[in-house]
Amino acid sequence: MAHGAGGKATQSLVEAVFLESFRNPLLEPLEDGAVFDAGTQRLALTTDSYVVSPLFFPGGNIGDLAVNGTVNDLAMCGARPLYLSAGFILEEGFPVGDLRRVVASMAKAAQAAGVRIVTGDTKVVQRGKADGCYVNTAGVGLLDRPGALGVAGARPGDAVIVSGPVGEHGVTIMLARGELDIEADLVSDTAPLNGPAAALLDACPGAVRCMRDATRGGVATILNEIARASGVAVVVEEDAVPVRRAVRGACELLGIDPLYVACEGRLVAVVDGAVADAALAALRAHPLGEGAALVGRVGQDPPGLVLLKTGFGGTRIVDLLVGDPLPRIC
Amino acid sequence: MITRVRSVIRVEGVVQGVGFRPFVYGLAVRLGLGGLVGNDERGVFIEVEGAPALVAEFTAALSASPPPLATVERVSTRPATATGETRFAIAGSSGGGPRRTLVSPDVATCDDCLREMDDPADRRYGYAFVNCTNCGPRFTIVRDVPYDRPNTTMAGFAMCADCAREYHDPADRRFHAQPVCCPACGPRLRLLGPVGGPLPGDPVEEAVRLLRGGGVLAVKGLGGYHLAALASREPAVAALRSRKHRMEKPFAVMVAGLAAARVLCEVDEAEERLLTSGARPIVLLRGREESARLVAPSVAPSGGPSGERPGDRWLGVMLPYTPLHHLLLRGLDAPMVLTSGNVSDEPIAYRDEDALARLGGVADAFLVHDRPIHTRTDDSVVRVLRGRELPLRRSRGYAPRPLPLARALPGPVLACGAELKHTFCVARGAHAFVSHHIGDLENYETFRSFTEGVGHFLRLFDVVPEVVAHDLHPEYLSTKYALALEGPLAGARPVAVQHHHAHVASCLADNGVAGPVIGVAFDGLGYGPDATLWGGEFLVADLVSFERAGHLATVPMPGGAAAVRQPWRMAAAYLDAAYGGAVPGDLDVVRRNAEAWEGVLALGRRGVNAPLTSSAGRLFDAVASVAGVRDVIGYEGQAAVEWERLADPAETGRYGFRLTGSAPFVVHGTDLVAAVAEDVRAGTETGVVSARFHNTVARIVAEGCARVRRAGGPSTVALSGGVFQNALLLVRAAALLEEDGFHVLTHGRVPPNDGGVSLGQAVVAGARDIRH
Ligand SMILES: [Fe+3]
Ligand SMILES: [Mg+2]
Ligand SMILES: [Zn+2]
Ligand SMILES: [Zn+2]
Repeated sequence: MAHGAGGKATQSLVEAVFLESFRNPLLEPLEDGAVFDAGTQRLALTTDSYVVSPLFFPGGNIGDLAVNGTVNDLAMCGARPLYLSAGFILEEGFPVGDLRRVVASMAKAAQAAGVRIVTGDTKVVQRGKADGCYVNTAGVGLLDRPGALGVAGARPGDAVIVSGPVGEHGVTIMLARGELDIEADLVSDTAPLNGPAAALLDACPGAVRCMRDATRGGVATILNEIARASGVAVVVEEDAVPVRRAVRGACELLGIDPLYVACEGRLVAVVDGAVADAALAALRAHPLGEGAALVGRVGQDPPGLVLLKTGFGGTRIVDLLVGDPLPRIC
Repeated sequence: MITRVRSVIRVEGVVQGVGFRPFVYGLAVRLGLGGLVGNDERGVFIEVEGAPALVAEFTAALSASPPPLATVERVSTRPATATGETRFAIAGSSGGGPRRTLVSPDVATCDDCLREMDDPADRRYGYAFVNCTNCGPRFTIVRDVPYDRPNTTMAGFAMCADCAREYHDPADRRFHAQPVCCPACGPRLRLLGPVGGPLPGDPVEEAVRLLRGGGVLAVKGLGGYHLAALASREPAVAALRSRKHRMEKPFAVMVAGLAAARVLCEVDEAEERLLTSGARPIVLLRGREESARLVAPSVAPSGGPSGERPGDRWLGVMLPYTPLHHLLLRGLDAPMVLTSGNVSDEPIAYRDEDALARLGGVADAFLVHDRPIHTRTDDSVVRVLRGRELPLRRSRGYAPRPLPLARALPGPVLACGAELKHTFCVARGAHAFVSHHIGDLENYETFRSFTEGVGHFLRLFDVVPEVVAHDLHPEYLSTKYALALEGPLAGARPVAVQHHHAHVASCLADNGVAGPVIGVAFDGLGYGPDATLWGGEFLVADLVSFERAGHLATVPMPGGAAAVRQPWRMAAAYLDAAYGGAVPGDLDVVRRNAEAWEGVLALGRRGVNAPLTSSAGRLFDAVASVAGVRDVIGYEGQAAVEWERLADPAETGRYGFRLTGSAPFVVHGTDLVAAVAEDVRAGTETGVVSARFHNTVARIVAEGCARVRRAGGPSTVALSGGVFQNALLLVRAAALLEEDGFHVLTHGRVPPNDGGVSLGQAVVAGARDIRH
C-alpha cells in the first residue's frame, strides 16, 4: 500500500494520473484546496475522503475527523470555512447506532468550527465491499484577507512554526487498532484549525508564507513539500520539535519517527522571520495553539532539502519517503 | 658504424607524481641513450634512441623495475626514425586533450625523508612537512589533473631557490615532487588554544606536553583532523570519549614503529607488511598482555556480560604516516590514541574553521598547519585473515588507486553505492576507481561529500558516465540521487543492481573473475526484489544476473530500524518463532527486557512496522542478545563483533540445523536460536555457545553450497557481505568448503561490507551494458 502512505509514491500517483488528465491552473499547485474568484468574492474549495480504521478511537471518530479535515484544508488556504457537504458510503449491516454516533460528532464538530453541513449523499454497498463506513466531505470557504499563501512562498530567513505537539493522531490510531499490547495515555489531536489559522493571519498580516495541516506523512512530508516547491532549505532543530512523552515513548517502541506521524489538528506555518515572535504569541493565545513552537528556519542551502540538527550538533537529512519506512541501516 | 634505433614509448598507469620521469631519465642516462620523457593527460611519453640492445633493455626496465609508488599498466612502443640525438631531456607537462592519468594515493613518509628530518645538518631537520617523489600527500591535496603543483593545495606556497633547484634537477630525488617544500618556503605548524588563539612555544613540544599531562589534542593530518590522547591515561581517554559522544566504539592507537607495535600486539609477517606499507592502514591486531599497561581499558572497551578473557583484546594499531606523526610520537614515547576528529557520527572535520568550530568543545588545543586538505579521507582499516589482507575500510593510502577489471567496460559507469559505510565508484575501460570511505549518507555533510566527490572523480578521471548504477532500495539516498541526476549526468542510463548481487559481484571483481559462482552474501540488510529485506543469501550469480538458490527463513523485525539498534528485539522475534509463541520465561533476555517484551512481540506478530528479513546479521544479533552479550548496540555490528570475540577457539561442537525445500531452499535460523537458548538455560559457558553457533553457521554455509552444487551449480564459492568480516566464520566456512572441493573466493581489495557494494554495482552495470 505504498501509494497510500502520503509520501513520494502518492505524490507520483497523483501527478501521473490525476494532474495529467485534469491539468488546469487551479489544480496545478496541488495544494490542499483550490482558490478562485466567483463574482467579487475569492473562494476556496476542497474535498477529502475518510477511510480511517478503527472508526472510533480515543479523542474522536471518523465523523469529526471528516469535518475537521475539510475545515482545516480550507483554513490552510487562508479561507474562512463556511459550508460543507457530507457523503457516506456504508457497508450493508453497518449498525445504525454507530452511524448516529458518527453523525452526531459531525454536527458537534461543525458547530465548534462554525461551519454548516448543507448537502449530502448516502450509498449502501454490499457486505465486504467497504469497511463499515467511509465519509467524504467537501467544503467551501471565503477568502476575506488579501494576499496568497502557498508552499512555494518560503524564503531564506523565514521561521518554521508548528502549532502544537506532533504525532498524537497517528500513534493513537496505531494503538487503537488493538493489535498491540501497548497502553498509552493518548488521544487524537483532531481539531479545527480555522481558529488558530485566523489568529495567525490576523497577527501577522502579509507575513505568513504558507500553512499546512500535517496530516499523512506528518511534519516531515509537509516540510519537504515546502523545501522543494520553494527551492529552499528547511533546517529543523530536533530538540525544538514538541512531542508529548507518551507519543515519544510509543514511537520508540513502534520504531517510528514522530516527524513522519500524522496529525489531524496541527498546522505547520512558515512566516517571515521578523514576525516569528508575534506569530508564536498569536498561536499560543488560542486554545488550539497553546503548544506552538518555533522549530526551525528556512535557509538558502541546500535547496530542496529538509535537515534536522540533532542534539550533538549533527545534521541529518529528513527525506521524503518513497513508501512505508523501511530500515536503511544494516 | 653502430646501428641506432629510436622508439616512441607510451607508459600508462599510476605514473605521475611518483618519480617516474626522474626514473626514466636516470635509466636513459645510465644506458647512454638519447631522447626525452614527458607527462601528458594519458601518462608518460618517451622517445629514446641508441643501440638496439640498450633500447630493448631500457624498455624492459620500464615495467620490470619502476619506482616504488608507480603502477605500470601498459607500455606500448612504436619505431621511429633515429635522429642521432645523444642527450636525454625531461619535457614539462602538457595540458589539453583527454585525461588518462591516474592519481596516486597518499604515501607514508619514506626512510630517506625521515633520515633528513633526523639530521641536524639537513635544512629539513625536524621539519613536519618533509616529502619527496616517493612519499607524501597526493590524493588528499589534488584539486585537478594533470598532477602539477598549481593543481594541488600546495599552489599557494612559492618554492624557495633551494627547493626549486631540487624540483628541477632530474638527478634529485625531489625532481617534480609537487608538494616539495622546506622550513623556508613550506607549510608551518601552529598550536592553537581551544578557541583558536595561538599558544606560545614550540608547537610539537607543547603538544607533547599537553598529551603527557592528560589533555586532548586535535591534530590536522593528511585527510582530516584527528583527536589524540595519551593511550595509557584512562582519564584522558575517558574525557575524549565523553566529549566526543562516542562511548563504545574502539579507538585506534598509533605507535612509533614496528617494535612498539610488537610490544602491544602479536604481529605476524602479513600484519607487519601492512603496518609498514606506504598505505599505513589501521591494522586490527590481537593484544598482548603488555598492552594492559600501555593502553587504558576504555581505548577498546570489552563487550559482553563478563568482560573479555585475557589475551582476547583486539587493538586497531597504525604506524606514523606523516612527518608530524613521527615528531609527536618521538616526543611522547608511548602509544597515542588517534581517532577521527568529529563528534558522535559526524564526518571528520578537515577544514580549519570547521574543525575549530566543531572540535572546540572536545580538544584542549589544536596542532594545525596551513596546507589545505582538498578531499576528506579517513584512515583505512584492515585485518589479516588466512594470511591475506581483508580490507574493512578502504580509504586513505588506497583510494583512488584503480582496481583492474578483467574485462573492459563498453562505456563509463558511475555506481552510486549503498547507504552506510558508503563509497561510490567511477569506472571506465579496464579501471574501477572506488572512492574513499564516504560514511553514512543520512548525515548531510556526508551526503555532500558524496555528491561533491562524484564531481571530483569525474573530473580527475575524465569520465562522463553513460550508465548510472544504483541499489534497489527505494529509500537509500544514493538511489534517490541516481534517479534524480541533473545537468551533464542526466542522460546516463540508470541500472538497478540488487544489493547482494552487488556484494557477490564485488567479490568477483576483487578476484578478477567473472563467475558463475555460488555467492554466499551474509550481511545486515539489503532490499530484495520481493520487497523483503534480504541478508542471508545463497545466490548463483555471474556479473550479469543471479538466481536466489537459498536463504534464511524470514522473521519480522519488530520496529524496523529499531530492531537493528536493539538486538534484543530480534531475539524476541526469533524466540517467539522458535518456541511457537511460548518463550520460556526463565530466559534472562526476557527478564532483562520485560517492560517492552510483549509490545515488541505484538509488533512482530501483527506485522506493525515489522518488515520481514532473511538477514544473517540479524540472526547473529538475536543469538548475541539471547546469550546475554548485548541487547542494545552503540555502533554498527557491535553485537556480532563481541559475540565473535567471546567464542572459545577450542570448542568444536555444533548444533543441528535444517535446510528445507529447494530452488530456493530455506535455512531455519530458529533452530539455532532455540539451540542457543537451550544452552544458555542449561548454563553452558558463553564462549562455548558462541563457538558452537559459529561452527553451525559455517557448516550451514558449506551445506548450502554443497546442495547448490548437487543441483548442477558451480563449484566456486564467493563469500561476501558484512558478516564475513567475522574471522571465525570466514576461516571455518572457507575451510569446510575447501575440504569439500570448492574453490573459495574472499575479499582482498575492497571490503566485504557495504564499502564494496559500489564496485559490485559498477561491474554488474558494465556487464549488462556489454550484453545490451
Ligand atoms: Fe550489505
Ligand atoms: Mg487533506
Ligand atoms: Zn620521501
Ligand atoms: Zn624551500
